[in-house]
Amino acid sequence: MIEFDHVVMNFGEKEVLKDVTFSIKKNEIFTFIGPSGSGKTTIIRLIDMLERPTSGKIYIGDTEVSSLRERDRIPIRRKMSMVFQKPSPLRGTVFDNVAMGLFFRKVRREEIEARVPEALELVGLKGYEERKAGTLSGGEMQRVAIARAISTRPDILLLDEPTANLDPVSTEKIEKLVSALKERFGITVILTTHDMVQGQRLADRIGVVIDGRIGQIGTSKEIFYHPMNKAVAIMVGVDNIFEGVVATNDGGLASVEVDGISIIATTPFPPGTPVMLYMRPEDITFHVIDGVKSSARNEFTGRITKVLPMGPNARLKIDIGVILTAVITQRSYEELDLAPGREIGVAFKASAIHVVEKNA
Amino acid sequence: MSEVVEGFIQAIQLIVTLNGEVLEITARSLLISLSATLIGSLIAIPIGGFIHFREFGGKRGLVTIIQTLYALPTVLAGLLVFLLLSRSGPFGFFNLLFTPTGMIIGQVVLIIPLMIGMTLIALSGVSRTIQDTVITLGATETQTVITIVKEARFAILGGVILGFGRAISEVGAAMMIGGNIRGYTRVLTTAIALETSMGNLSFSIALGVILLVIAMLVTGIVFLIQER
Repeated sequence: MIEFDHVVMNFGEKEVLKDVTFSIKKNEIFTFIGPSGSGKTTIIRLIDMLERPTSGKIYIGDTEVSSLRERDRIPIRRKMSMVFQKPSPLRGTVFDNVAMGLFFRKVRREEIEARVPEALELVGLKGYEERKAGTLSGGEMQRVAIARAISTRPDILLLDEPTANLDPVSTEKIEKLVSALKERFGITVILTTHDMVQGQRLADRIGVVIDGRIGQIGTSKEIFYHPMNKAVAIMVGVDNIFEGVVATNDGGLASVEVDGISIIATTPFPPGTPVMLYMRPEDITFHVIDGVKSSARNEFTGRITKVLPMGPNARLKIDIGVILTAVITQRSYEELDLAPGREIGVAFKASAIHVVEKNA
Repeated sequence: MSEVVEGFIQAIQLIVTLNGEVLEITARSLLISLSATLIGSLIAIPIGGFIHFREFGGKRGLVTIIQTLYALPTVLAGLLVFLLLSRSGPFGFFNLLFTPTGMIIGQVVLIIPLMIGMTLIALSGVSRTIQDTVITLGATETQTVITIVKEARFAILGGVILGFGRAISEVGAAMMIGGNIRGYTRVLTTAIALETSMGNLSFSIALGVILLVIAMLVTGIVFLIQER
């Protein structure tokens, strides 16, 4: 449905997108995640043809749009809608705002009068028609902007950081709405976020954008547990990243040497292969040292070097020869009577480790 | 001093009793300057829109020239239009020198740069996001321009009113092109200049008060518009 083919985008001297290629299917929710300034917004703006790429091709449906004249872009753009990170109210009432796209399409008055309340009801702002758009709160304006975008019944909805400036309650409402739009109307939704968890909650597929490139595309499970490279791993919160070499491999169960310790991981790579190991901090379990074996292949004793409280959880740094990062609930932390300097048993499964050939 | 006080008292009498000549001069002033403002707007706003929305070579230089002309001395505008309209000038055959129409032309020339400039400021005051929003909502180029001008309409109107203020308060062009002919081209400012030089202070003060009230109304309206 939407395809980028080696797209490069420069703003003056600055290379914002460096060789971006991907394709998005009809009726999927596709999320671009990445840090601020990585190029997510530029991708969205290119899809809506607000910019022209420096090089490369962009297909919307079957049409290559990057070389189209402005006039010929309008019918294609009218099948899409876009919501900006900070939506601007246009002068006038909420009704005027939501009706704007319909006016441009010269939709009949009676039709507009039916569609505007319908769109407002979908975003939970029934009865807001006569309010002045300039007086709305941030969350309300965001929802008006979404109503404005969906009143034209687009095939593709583009959302740029739709919840970046919103409180958790408004965020949840908008996330629910996005899922509902896909389910009920079959809209293809493309959104950007720097919130990985939001990406995971909403998206069928995720594209990780790092420094103007697509680092990886996949389902949230693939991205979160099988990052393809270090940059993606760091971005998605895979805090345990180690370099090592496969020492032995017994039918897919390998022992990998990492800084003098052996970590058991499942991988087909033969002995001698340099590899990267990735593991999420949530996959590490703790036990008091009492000689009882756990079912996990990897068991170590280590010393807690650092504790960082994070709401209901705590993040621990544990020295087992290499420094592990693990997450424990605040409650367990207290029950196990942990503190920096204390020794603790840690365990993790061989299958919790994602092994990638180094320099692959 | 007593002369001034007396002048004030007489001035108030002239206004309160709706003196025929005072009213007539005021009406003519308003008519000429409002016409100039209307014609000026019809020329300046589209030009401002064109400069804002189109990219072309020399755009920056043009804007600088326009900004310089905000302070175009009224006598220079008067001289320019005088030369154009005088019998030997290129438009002499229209016989517009020393007519209200000629004065309107003079004031149009005077206020157009200011009004173009104010239109430019008003349009660039509409944020990039609003323009992008309008485009993403599927607007054609014409629809985009119309919507952005509508968004900026209060700021543009502020510029129009400023233009009117400059038109009604100027004396140079009105004197040179109109000639201050009693009952025909005499307006508030030229009348004040003449009556003062003749020592007819009360008449001057009365007209001055009226001019001030008009200026205050104009400023008040600009203020109210900008508050919105």
